[in-house]
Amino acid sequence: MRARGAQPLLFGALGVLLLALAWELYKALGPAEGVVIGGTVLLPRTTELAMPHVWDSVARAFEPATGSAGELVVVAVARAAVQTLGTAAMGLVLGALVGVLLALVMQRFRLADRAMLPWLILSQTVPLIALAPLVVAWGGRLELGALQWERWMSVAVIASYLAFFPIAIGTLRGLRAPDQEHLDLFRAQGVGWWRTLRYLRLPAAVPQLLSSLRLGAATAIVGTVVAEVSTGARGGIGRLIVEYAQSGSSDPAKAWAPIAGAVVMGLVAAGIVALAGLALRDYRRAEAR
Amino acid sequence: MSAVEVSGVTKVFEVRSGRGAATVRALDDVSLTVAEGEFVALIGPSGCGKSTLMRLIADLDEPSSGDVRVFGMPARRARLERAYGIAFQQSGLLPWRTVRANVELPLQLHGAPAADRRARADELIELVGLTEFADRHPDQLSGGMQQRVAIARALAEHPRLLLMDEPFGALDEMTRERLQGELLRIRAETGAAVVFVTHSIPEAVFLADRVVVMSPRPGRITDTVAVERAPIAAGPADDAVRETDAFFRSVTAVREALHGREGAAPRGAEAR
Repeated sequence: MRARGAQPLLFGALGVLLLALAWELYKALGPAEGVVIGGTVLLPRTTELAMPHVWDSVARAFEPATGSAGELVVVAVARAAVQTLGTAAMGLVLGALVGVLLALVMQRFRLADRAMLPWLILSQTVPLIALAPLVVAWGGRLELGALQWERWMSVAVIASYLAFFPIAIGTLRGLRAPDQEHLDLFRAQGVGWWRTLRYLRLPAAVPQLLSSLRLGAATAIVGTVVAEVSTGARGGIGRLIVEYAQSGSSDPAKAWAPIAGAVVMGLVAAGIVALAGLALRDYRRAEAR
Repeated sequence: MSAVEVSGVTKVFEVRSGRGAATVRALDDVSLTVAEGEFVALIGPSGCGKSTLMRLIADLDEPSSGDVRVFGMPARRARLERAYGIAFQQSGLLPWRTVRANVELPLQLHGAPAADRRARADELIELVGLTEFADRHPDQLSGGMQQRVAIARALAEHPRLLLMDEPFGALDEMTRERLQGELLRIRAETGAAVVFVTHSIPEAVFLADRVVVMSPRPGRITDTVAVERAPIAAGPADDAVRETDAFFRSVTAVREALHGREGAAPRGAEAR
């Protein structure tokens, strides 16, 4: 049991190590000015500025962000990551609500399925960058009693706009997963749509729901980071990526810390969904076989 | 009052083929009466409409014309009033529920209190001999055990009619014979009428009071064979029943009804 649990971790660590090795290998062997053919850069430059040593980047993460005293880079990144993760979680919850609701409507009404699906697909072709200022502008005009609309809420809305799509599609597939025999059985019991949903369709949809949540969590994080950059929201990892990249010419190793932070965030999100899957393992028995 | 009364039922399916739609006459002017407590087997080659007929009785499909009544009610009302229990070829158990929870399902769907549900489920699980397995999940059971759970589930609400569509079709011969014996015992205990779809002649003869023989294209009832019962008490002597002359005579009668019809089928079709 323990050996089986440790193996994926081992392979994961091996993968990171291989990536670092490939990075250093190219840095050592590649031409300093990269490979350029006809003005197009095919392979990147290998100068300290473009590709700092892996150990330099790691070491830089454990030095103060600015000056010689003050907050370490990793602490700053961790703090930003926590905020971004919170925003992404809000976006994911919102996206999941909308996605599951859409799936339910599309399952219930064939007409809704046919009418809405093209729009859903269309919605995902709108570039996020174009959307961000609009959402911020709309949010600024909102007045919800005592609630003050804040920048991070716009970011969460944008993240949910990305996350709802895989969840809607995945859940719809899950809701349609039950065998004809199960549907016949429920019809023979003389129960209606609601009970069939509660006792058959929803439980049967759990495996699809989980895998679409995993996808949705990843897109929510990407959406949050991109939205933080394009709305200029403060305090998140998106902001940090921009800030540290701007100091890139003098401090190239620093810029990689928030990017690594974003990757770790993705892993944490996937881990949380996996935990949910563990709690729902009875509904995934068919999957395991 | 009879348990099932099918009169002049025709069922036409539209089959969409490459271009245009064709129609298939799955059932053509079929009439059948099943008395209360009677065990009727429907037998015939594939495509003869035996499963379709059962689905019409269960109101899982609607007839194109004709009338289906279950305990005097229209099929739809009978379904909504849960007048029958049903079991399919695949056990149709919900994989995320334990054996007990699967048996409880019909009761839960109809809002029975949890304590009643549990008591009834335990009673039924004992009836089908799976008490030790009550907390297992279906994937931990053999095919035969899964079918027993399905039968227990079908019995959950004390139906006076059981509809069974080849419930033992996917099982090996030995498990199959054992479950046939158990089904007869359960049926003797509950006194329910049974409509049992099968394509096995010995199975039909062993189980049924009456074997209804059907033929395909279009699906029709071609013959009815009343099964001869040897003067042996049902129960542990299942194998003895299968070896009596009466059993063999009935098997022969059903076989002839099935095969004789096949030769006559083309002429029958022309006559229409």
